[in-house]
Amino acid sequence: MTLAPDTQDKFAEYAHPGRLVSTDWLAAHLGADGLVVVESDEDVLLYETGHIAGAVKIDWHTELNDEVTRDYIDGAGFSRLMASKGIARDSTVVIYGDKSNWWAAYALWVFTLFGHEDVRLLDGGRDKWVAEGRDITTDRPDVVATDYPVVGRDDSSIRAYLGDVLEHLGKPLIDVRSGDEYTGARTTMPAYPEEGALRGGHIPTAASVPWARAAAEDGTFRTRAELDAVYRDEAGLKDGDDVVAYCRIGERSSHTWFVLTHLLGFERVRNYDGSWTEWGNAVRVPIVRGAEPGEVPASVNRSAQAAR
Amino acid sequence: MTTGTVPAKLAEIIDDFQDLTEPDRLQLLLDFSRELPALPERYSDHPELLEQVVECQSPLFLTMEIGEAPGHPVHLFFSAPPEAPTTRGFAGVLLEGLDGLPAAEVLAVPDDVPDRLGLTRAITPLRMRGMSAMLGRIKRKIRESVRDEA
Repeated sequence: MTLAPDTQDKFAEYAHPGRLVSTDWLAAHLGADGLVVVESDEDVLLYETGHIAGAVKIDWHTELNDEVTRDYIDGAGFSRLMASKGIARDSTVVIYGDKSNWWAAYALWVFTLFGHEDVRLLDGGRDKWVAEGRDITTDRPDVVATDYPVVGRDDSSIRAYLGDVLEHLGKPLIDVRSGDEYTGARTTMPAYPEEGALRGGHIPTAASVPWARAAAEDGTFRTRAELDAVYRDEAGLKDGDDVVAYCRIGERSSHTWFVLTHLLGFERVRNYDGSWTEWGNAVRVPIVRGAEPGEVPASVNRSAQAAR
Repeated sequence: MTTGTVPAKLAEIIDDFQDLTEPDRLQLLLDFSRELPALPERYSDHPELLEQVVECQSPLFLTMEIGEAPGHPVHLFFSAPPEAPTTRGFAGVLLEGLDGLPAAEVLAVPDDVPDRLGLTRAITPLRMRGMSAMLGRIKRKIRESVRDEA
């Protein structure tokens, strides 16, 4: 059973308004049948310090990723995870998290790989809920395990691999990292640990549109008109474009994937989750340094074949 | 890599973590996070005296007071926001395990101490790097300070 959408005016402007709920909506619907609230944070202990009443925790690192392969869990693993969190195939899932919902957007994107239909983000995330003085609790939720079907993961429509990106070169590519990561001045976010990329720079032809341009001061998404100005007018995206977004490990680009897909309505947007930690280290793939997007190098077809 | 001995207090904390199951280890780290003391006024009123450890995922500020020769006892002061409990927990472990020790003993702490807490699987290696960075920064500042004096 799914819940009716939040119909506030700001959301009505977006392509898929049902993908967002406000803090007011969530407060009014807590405890509703068919609703499961999920907290997904960068900080692995943050949920334990207090969370929205009844919310379950999903940790992106330890629960959504396979423990040995650099990949997401498979259909059986996702089924077990959902069952243990009390999520049914027809549950309305509302995800929220820290850091302007980076990890919440990332979790939503993984839910989408498994075709979970009704999954939404809390606009403004954890910070907005807390800033508004709404209740949080350290009480553990009573989770009633569910049966969740084993559904195969479909990577084809919203996930790009390295070889896909090589073939994609020449079509719109959005680099959502900070300006210094784009130019190659640094390989990690300011104030973040070194994650071991050998080279700094960006994928040839990628446009630089840092993810934060989609977020307002309070962490909520910018309005439809503001987002159109950034992604259509400035970055030049057009209806019908086939777009790939990337960052460093795929979390910030999940945020941009959400914006392009659900708020602006682009139908073919893929997140390259290997992102710079793969591309910046891969053998025989070209990079560009500096502030200009650069050209597709002539050698790239050979690389695309080698990557297959 | 430094391969000195682990100071007794820190060794005790490591044993406490090792005696627990993985979920309880996280709970213990959360306790350290909650118990991290607030900064004394001389620092809370002067944030410019604190140095940011940029390798940590969440903002962590650190300063130290290093006492007189011969022992050069080291006192540590940490500040991290409540929305960064993992970072606060790491700081709490280092504070309880190292505060007040002579500089030479802190410098001799093995660099792989963070890995010995048994949290790497539950927290992931990436997140554990924040704690290694804190320990590295503490040692570097001690070396700089003792060198300046010499």
